[in-house]
Amino acid sequence: MMDETGDATDVESLKRGTDLVKRGFAKMQKGGVIMDVVNAEQAEIAEDAGAVAVMALEKVPADIRKRGGVARMAPVETNEEIIDSVSIPVMGKVRIGHTAEARILQSIGVDMIDESEVLTPADPSNHIDKREFETPFVCGARDLGEALRRIDEGAAMIRTKGEAGTGDVSEAVKHQKRIKGAIREIEGMNTEERRNFAREIEAPISLVEETAERGRLPVVNFAAGGIATPADAALMMNLECDGIFVGSGIFGAEDPESMGEAIVEAVNSYDDPEELAEISRNVGGGMTGTSSADLEDADRMQYRGN
Amino acid sequence: MKYGVVGVQGDVEEHREAAEQAAGKLELDVDTLDVTTAGELRECDVVALPGGESTTISRHIEEDGLAEALEEHVEGGGGFLATCAGLIVASHSADDERVVTLDVVDVDVERNAYGSQRESFEAPVEVDGFDDPYPGVFIRAPAIDSVGEAEAFAWLNGDVVGVRGGPDDNVYALSFHPELTADSRIHELVFQDAR
Repeated sequence: MMDETGDATDVESLKRGTDLVKRGFAKMQKGGVIMDVVNAEQAEIAEDAGAVAVMALEKVPADIRKRGGVARMAPVETNEEIIDSVSIPVMGKVRIGHTAEARILQSIGVDMIDESEVLTPADPSNHIDKREFETPFVCGARDLGEALRRIDEGAAMIRTKGEAGTGDVSEAVKHQKRIKGAIREIEGMNTEERRNFAREIEAPISLVEETAERGRLPVVNFAAGGIATPADAALMMNLECDGIFVGSGIFGAEDPESMGEAIVEAVNSYDDPEELAEISRNVGGGMTGTSSADLEDADRMQYRGN
Repeated sequence: MKYGVVGVQGDVEEHREAAEQAAGKLELDVDTLDVTTAGELRECDVVALPGGESTTISRHIEEDGLAEALEEHVEGGGGFLATCAGLIVASHSADDERVVTLDVVDVDVERNAYGSQRESFEAPVEVDGFDDPYPGVFIRAPAIDSVGEAEAFAWLNGDVVGVRGGPDDNVYALSFHPELTADSRIHELVFQDAR
């Protein structure tokens, strides 16, 4: 718009990629459902179902598990096809520590980058320096330490890691409760105890203080990893998550359109059991799934990145 | 005074916090709440439609009966503040079948006119009646393409980014997010008018 008017836009006064702009974007997702999609057709179904954003990837996590091998950023064409097909924001996944994949996604205009344990990590000991990007990042966390370390690296949004591709919500529940429990703990600490706690979790004391004062993470906190039904989504919202990522749960379901709409409705009505019952009627079967307890540690994606 | 934020999706909490801050400055007694039913909406003196995803918000308010209650609220002269996605939903037209617009403020808008999130920005906004520019936060912001029976009151480099309209000049609709900054002047303006 600005370019078309031919006005000399004062570029000097525009500030892009600030923390406010990046965290602000994440805040606009609150109360919403972000759905994994692998092509334009699925992206359009997700948008019609009421998704606030879609996550573009080559395969949904359940299929990544089945296939094995190295999982990487989705092809540029896949990302672009999805960006062109919908009006809602498009997110894309990159491997942990893979700065080059992230730069590629930023350059093609992906709205948010997920530095994700669902893909095979590129750097086992370092995450991407997310502050050098104008595109905001979301990262997974299993506990408060991981969450604050990612925020310190520049993440504008946190999600539970859960155990992706299983359809088993138990790990997401565990991670969210662990984060909430730790926040309650630091709320009750004095300065000295908080300083020791910050040292233990290897996160800056300023972030520990900020979290304790607000009684919540300083950025938006979504649930992810194993959410497969409207009831799962409602459960995570009741645990004070700000919104929901659904991976394999939508397009792995018998009827993706109905399941997508039902999960969106469930997030909107998470505290109304009668409404939830109504929403849960006639959605068809959820994804088959794998119990998280049956996985070997080596098959657990949540242990990737720390 | 009761300030209700349509609480179906988006940055609802931020709107409540901004309103509480503005109320404090003006020494007004304001109760804030999340509005999820038509009944709750009817009790509010001022209603805000927050930022978020316009397709999602539009869908929910149509289904929850909030759209009709909102139209009645504005028609009856109730205070109304719409920001970003809220502006899109409140507009006359967004020229996009994916969003049902309420037509409570006479502007035509274009969704995501500034580009993707990478192009989102902070920039000073000129606001009618403010001595100093307002810190505008634009996130995948809509542009106001044409202004009908409404009055422009905020500009970014000459482009209209905020209007005042509605039957009783009771509607403020903005491309940007006053709820994301610590500067509460926009919310104060809305309260001063509603008082």
